[in-house]
Order: sequence, then structure tokens, then C-alpha cells
Amino acid sequence: MSAPIVVRAATLPTGERADLLLREGVIAEIGTVAAGAGAEEVDADGLVVLPGLVDLHTHLREPGREDAETVRTGSRAAAAGGFTAVLAMANTTPVTDTAEAAERVFDLGRAAGLVDVQPVGAVTRGLAGEELAELGLMARSRAGVRVFSDDGRCVADARVMRRALEYVKPFGGVVSQHAQEPTLAGAQACCHEGELSGRLGLPGWPGVAEEVIVARDVMLARHTGSRVHVAHVSTAGSVEVIRWARGQGIQVTAEVTPHHLLLTTDLLAGYDPVFKVNPPLRPEEDTLALREALRDGTIDAVATDHAPHARHDKEHAFVDAAFGMLGLETALAVVRTAVPELSWEEVARVMSANPARIAGLPGHGRPVAVGEPANLTLVDPEAEVTVDRDASHSLSRNNPWHGRTLRAAVVGTFLRGARTHG
Amino acid sequence: MKHLLSIDDLTVDDIETLFGTAAEMHDVQRRSVKKLPALRGRTVINLFFEDSTRTRSSFEIAGKWLSADTINISAKGSSASKGESLRDTVLTVTAMGVDALVVRHAASGAAEQISNWVDVAVINAGDGMHEHPTQALLDAYTLQRQLGDLAGRHVVIVGDLTHSRVFRSNVKLLRKLGAEVTVVAPPTLMPSGIDAWSKEAGFAASWDLDEVLPSADAVMMLRVQRERMQGGFFPTPREYTVGYGLTRGRLSLLKPDTPICHPGPMNRGLEIAPEAADAASSKVLDQVSSGVAVRMSVLYHLLAGEEVA
Amino acid sequence: MPPSPEDDRGRAVLDAQDIARALTRISHEILERNRGADDLLLLGLPTRGVPLARRIAERIGEVEGRVPEVGSLDVTLYRDDLRKHPARGPQRTEIPGSGVDGKTVVLVDDVLYSGRTIRAALDALADYGRPGVVRLAVLVDRGHRELPIRADHVGKNLPSARTERVMVRLVESDGYDEVRIADAAGAEGQA
Repeated sequence: MSAPIVVRAATLPTGERADLLLREGVIAEIGTVAAGAGAEEVDADGLVVLPGLVDLHTHLREPGREDAETVRTGSRAAAAGGFTAVLAMANTTPVTDTAEAAERVFDLGRAAGLVDVQPVGAVTRGLAGEELAELGLMARSRAGVRVFSDDGRCVADARVMRRALEYVKPFGGVVSQHAQEPTLAGAQACCHEGELSGRLGLPGWPGVAEEVIVARDVMLARHTGSRVHVAHVSTAGSVEVIRWARGQGIQVTAEVTPHHLLLTTDLLAGYDPVFKVNPPLRPEEDTLALREALRDGTIDAVATDHAPHARHDKEHAFVDAAFGMLGLETALAVVRTAVPELSWEEVARVMSANPARIAGLPGHGRPVAVGEPANLTLVDPEAEVTVDRDASHSLSRNNPWHGRTLRAAVVGTFLRGARTHG
Repeated sequence: MKHLLSIDDLTVDDIETLFGTAAEMHDVQRRSVKKLPALRGRTVINLFFEDSTRTRSSFEIAGKWLSADTINISAKGSSASKGESLRDTVLTVTAMGVDALVVRHAASGAAEQISNWVDVAVINAGDGMHEHPTQALLDAYTLQRQLGDLAGRHVVIVGDLTHSRVFRSNVKLLRKLGAEVTVVAPPTLMPSGIDAWSKEAGFAASWDLDEVLPSADAVMMLRVQRERMQGGFFPTPREYTVGYGLTRGRLSLLKPDTPICHPGPMNRGLEIAPEAADAASSKVLDQVSSGVAVRMSVLYHLLAGEEVA
Repeated sequence: MPPSPEDDRGRAVLDAQDIARALTRISHEILERNRGADDLLLLGLPTRGVPLARRIAERIGEVEGRVPEVGSLDVTLYRDDLRKHPARGPQRTEIPGSGVDGKTVVLVDDVLYSGRTIRAALDALADYGRPGVVRLAVLVDRGHRELPIRADHVGKNLPSARTERVMVRLVESDGYDEVRIADAAGAEGQA
């Protein structure tokens, strides 16, 4: 157990200023903390302290693509981004579709020790969309998997989706759906279908391909009485469906990525694969609807969809290049930049409390209060940082924010009272 | 002009210069010695990631008649599947010491991406569904030789617009030259966002071929790709022909001598009836010979001089 | 076309009358050498060689009662200094339909200087066929040859320094006839 730490004169999410004493993994005191023998002092004057951020959607690439990212380097990037827990998606090689595979990822995360790496289990074996993976065994495993997703692929078969939703109920699981109807947006689809895709001659990925799956899945959630989570919501139409479903009392939660809040489809005009992501960047109207949905609670959480790729996997023609962009290190700053009107309490809700609740992580997303786990993030709210892709802890450089100036910066991260960044 | 990636790269002055040079090059084609020393010692690589015998041959002849060393490299099959990135493939080829890459690729934007990786001239010989600028140049050059100034002339482009790079380059070029353009296709083969695009770019889009043909000063028929026929874009080839083919019956809707273009290869009986393809007003073979002249012009202007910074 | 300011520089070496006299003399020389106008083809080198060729052809016509064939031969694509300049579009080449084979081709240009243009013209000509004889007529020979080339018919020999610039102005292209020589150190030499 690390030495006690006094975080001096921090601004709490509520706006009050206080000292925090972190001791034995928990927040031992909040208020005016006397300088104590052996306690490390952290000057947090002017800094905001948030509960440690939780990412519902991270690709750590290990096992299989350790040249693009490892659990350790991804954890470093996560800690630098203010995260204390991340959910590692199942689309590794091999796929996380067994208890053993889940435990392996879980153990690699604990060995790195920088964030709590919580594996996501595949919904279907090999992400093939046909037979259920061993959902129950993954849930019972040491990793305690609660979130299941075939992310990267949609569980397109309605019957398979229905079975998955039913099957995870006994152990409180949730299916996180990558909503992409493959007959409307196939493997080649890579640009928001609209005027720009028409002009550029890029295969279109229409918003409706997401919306029909979201609509279907909320009806399946109602029918099964189960809960469904919509990964990376990208369109105003999906927001409408989710808002309606919420009004009906359907158990649906949703996440939005930082990039879908701020980046728009017109960035594809130069065919730079760094902007190729799935779902694709959308027009400004969608980004506005997503920000509004984040503010009004229709969308519960911000999730990064951090997707590192080796340089050579991006250096292809646009339609052949890999989907995805980095996100862990920039997520908080992008949210501050895209939705500056969110209070720090609201930021804590959408980036920590809600994702922890959705993922079923009891030690995370807790209020900044005495007795709670000392999973904390220190933010300089006034910082303006120009992103440099080469300054990343990730092994990859597919950073769409390179060269952009963002507001606010994470300056320190603590996992159970131990400093993991800053 | 360092590269020719898109019609967007060209000013009206550039186009006129290219056409003027093309006219001189065209005359060379009629000589017994069809060889000019202008690009002696220059090396042009036709880097084709997608088969296209006619475009490749046209560039090859154009380069050879200008005395460039032209080499064809077929890099068919996505480099991704071979484990090599496109960038590595292109840098490898360029490292042999070349002056220009003529690139054909099945993916939109490939030529532009490649131009960011190399410091030699890149000529787009067709990138996916995006552009085919030399095809548009040769089409407009061909039409100009018959019609004169294209300003105010009405050009009708018919067919699979969604998947057509020829259409995209042509509509840009024809608008630059002041022509009125109407594009015709069934709704399933209209590019997405065509309403906003056509409004912004000042051309018309129609589902009704019979309505637009009588006012046409030129007709460009696009090839229907065989693979699209199974895509459910239209019910049957027969139904397509009835709705959108340049049939014998439709020829009578045209003003006399209206030039008919087709980039080839033609699906006779599908998008174009033999009577139209072989009509006296058909420009199909002129397009081919113009193609060599236009490509000579492009190669000459990109490669002959010193690049002025 | 209004004269540009640099037209006032230097000194005039040939005025309109001098030019007319020189062309008349060249016309007679050509006829004498060729023993008439049979099989004669005058090819002007663009830009200013073309009107000069036409004028010579007219004069020959006046004498012989029959205007010889005239055309133009652009050498842009045959130049050996293409890479030193931004690419320029070629100008018109017009070879009369009967071609060049077996003819007496007289190349006509305004200024003979390094000889490189004529070298290019000979190469170009060879690609159009095989003339019986090729001769060269120029309005001005300013010296400084870099190749073993000489003119058969010269309007005026004009000793010049390499730093000087010889400017030929013709009614057809410039609105008036004149040849000037000016000091133009550092400027790209004209012809």
C-alpha cells in the first residue's frame, strides 16, 4: 500500500474547495487536512478533482496485435487520460469468448496495475454472430464479466440478439450492441451516406443502418425485459429512438464517443484514413443532437472507442484501411471542448458514475466522499493543450486530434490511492 | 500543376492549355513517325491496382510517343491482402527512380493519398467511384471538336451514376467549361445527396430520360457494370434498357447529329443499342484516339518542364 | 499592341524598310539557289519565323507568278532545354498536305543565335519525312553559335555580345516592323 497523499486545495465537482487525504486506498478525509508526517503533498490549487474516469469501450489489442497496443501501454494511455477503469473489448485474437480468455485479459490488466482492466465478453463465438459464446462461464470467471459485445460487428440476427438478451438476465449482464445493419451498411461502408459520400465516391454508411438496429433492439429489450446498451450512438435518429424507449420505461442505456461529439464527416474530404472510424463521422446536425442528448441524459455515458492501429494498417486506400482512432488520452479534453456547458458534476456523471453503473463496477464511479475508494482524477480546467500524436503513451499514432487545441487537461490520476499518472 | 488527381485541380486556363496541346498531339498521330522526343529520359510507371486494358494502353502509347520509358506494373489484388501497405507498395515502385506514376485503383481517393506519399507526379487514371480526370478531358475535348465552345451546350449523362468516376469527373469539367448538364439514372443509381450536390454545382438530375433527350446537344452513356446487375439496383437488364438505355427508338428523340459518347467497354443492347453505338454521330472511336492525344498533353505538361515553385 | 517600355531601350538596327529590303533579297537568293520555285516549301519557326516565311513566299510569288507552299514547324517538343523552363504548350505545326518528302525545305526564323533551335527543327523535320534539301533563312544572324550550323540566307549579320538582347518586332505579331539591340545583362537571352 502506498504512502498517504494529501491533495491540497482541490476543487470538488460541486465547486467547493477542500483538501483530500488519500490513505490505504480510500478517501480518508475531506476538508482541511493537517500536514502529516510521511504524507506526500500534491498541490491541487486551481485543479478540479473528479472520480476516476471509467471507459465502457476500449480496444487494447492484446492478445493478438501487440504491435498496435498492449494491455500495459493501453493502461498507460488510460491513466494519462484520467481513467481508473476501462472495459477491454472482445475483438482480440483470439476473441474473448471464453472464461479463460477473459481471465487472461483481466490478469494482464492487474499485472500492469495502472487501471482496472475489465474484459468485455463476446456475445457470439468468434464474433461470428451465430452461436452464443460462453456468457455464463465468463460471468462466473475470476474476471466477473458483465458486459458482452461483438463490437466491431453487429449482432445482426434478431433471434441471436433476443437469446443473448434473455440469457444474461440471471447474472445481471448487459449486451452492448454495435448497431450496424449489415445489409444497409456492409463491410465496405466507410463514409456517412450523404452528399459528401456521393461526391467522394465512398461507400455510404447511412444513419438508418444504425437506427433500425437500435429500434429493433429496444423492442427486443422490452420484449425480453432485459437491458440493452447501445455502443457509440452516432445519429440524431438513434437518439430519438432511445429517448422514446426511455419514455416507455425500456431498459436501454447508451454511450457516445468523444469524436462523434466534435468531429464531422467533412474531414473525410482528403481521404485521410486517420478519420476513418466505425460508425463514421456524421454531419454537424448529428453532433449537435448527440451533445444535446448527453446534456439531457438520453445518452448516459461518454466512451472512447479507443482503437489503436499500427501505422501500416492505416496506410492503405481509404476503403481498405482499418477503422478506428485513438481516444483515451484526449477524451476528457474533447468533452470539455465539445460540451463546455456540462458542469463538473455532470462530467463526473457521464464519464465515471454512469459508465461504472452500466458496467457493474462497484469500486468505480463513486462520489468524491470520505470512505469511498480513492479513484480520482485531477484536471486543470484552464489548460489549453495542442495535441501531439507523438506525445502519446499508446503504441499507435492514429490520432485524429493531432494539432488541435483542446480545453482542460488531466494532470493526475490515482487508482486506490496510488498515483498512476502525473 | 504537379499532379492530376481531380478535375478540381484544373483552372479553365489549364484546360484550354491542355486541349491546345492535345490538338497538336492529335496531329502527330497522323504522321508516319509518331514519336516526339519531348519526354526522352523520363520514366512513367503505369501502376494499375485494377485491370483496365484500354486506359493502360492509352497511357502507354501516349508516353511512348513522347519518348518516355513507360513501364506497366499490375498490382492487382489489394495490397492489404498481401500484408503490404499501399504506401509501402508505392514507395517501393517509386524508389526505382520514376518521374510519374499513372495510378488506377479500385478505391476512391487512392491517387490523392499516394500523391501525399511521393514527390513524383501522380496522374489519376481512375480511383474507385471518385474520378477519372483524363477520361473527362478526352470526352470534353472530343465534344469540343464537334460542337466548338461547350458553354451553354446541354450535355446529358446517363447511367450508373452512383458507381461512376467518369460521371463525377465529367460533371465537374463540363460545368467548368460552362456546359449545362443533366444527369439521368433510376433513383437507386443516383449518388446519395445528389439534390444538394446538383443544386450547389449547378446541374440537373432526372429520372426521366425521354424528357431530357430532345434538348440534348450531346449524350454520354455510362457503362452498367456487370456486378451491379446482381446488386438489386434494378430488377432486370431488360427493364433497365427500357428505362435508361439509348435504344433505337430513343435515337429519334435526339436532334440530328447529336454526338453520342461512351467511355467503353460498351454493353451493346443494355445501355446502348447497336444502332446508337454505330451511328454516324457516335464518338466512341474518336474518344479513343482523342484519349491518346489528351494523355500525351497531360504527360507533357506534368513532365516536360521544370516545376516552378 | 502598344509597345512595351523595354522597346525603347537600346538602339534600332533595322527599320521597316531595312527589313523589307532584306526579305526581298533573301527571296531572290532562294529562287536563285533553287533555280525557281518548284518543290519549294517554306517552313516558318513559330512565333516570328512564320510571318517571315509568308512574306518571303509572297515576294517569290510576285517574281515567279506562283506562291510556293508555306507552313510552320514548331520545335518546342524537340528542344534540348525543355527541362530548364516550365512546360510550354507547343505552337502550331502545319505541314502542307503534300508533305516534305523530296522537297527543298527552307526553314525561316527571325534570329539565328546558338543554333539549338535549328538543331531541334532539323530533328522535327526528320519526323515528318525526308526532304531533298534543307536550307536556312534568317532575318538576323547574331553569332555565338554553339553547334555547327550556319544560315544559307541572312538578312543582316549583327555582331552582338552575349549580354545583349536582340528584339525582332513584326507587324503581324507586334504592330510594327523593327529590330533592336539592347544591353540586357542578366536577362534570359532572346533567340
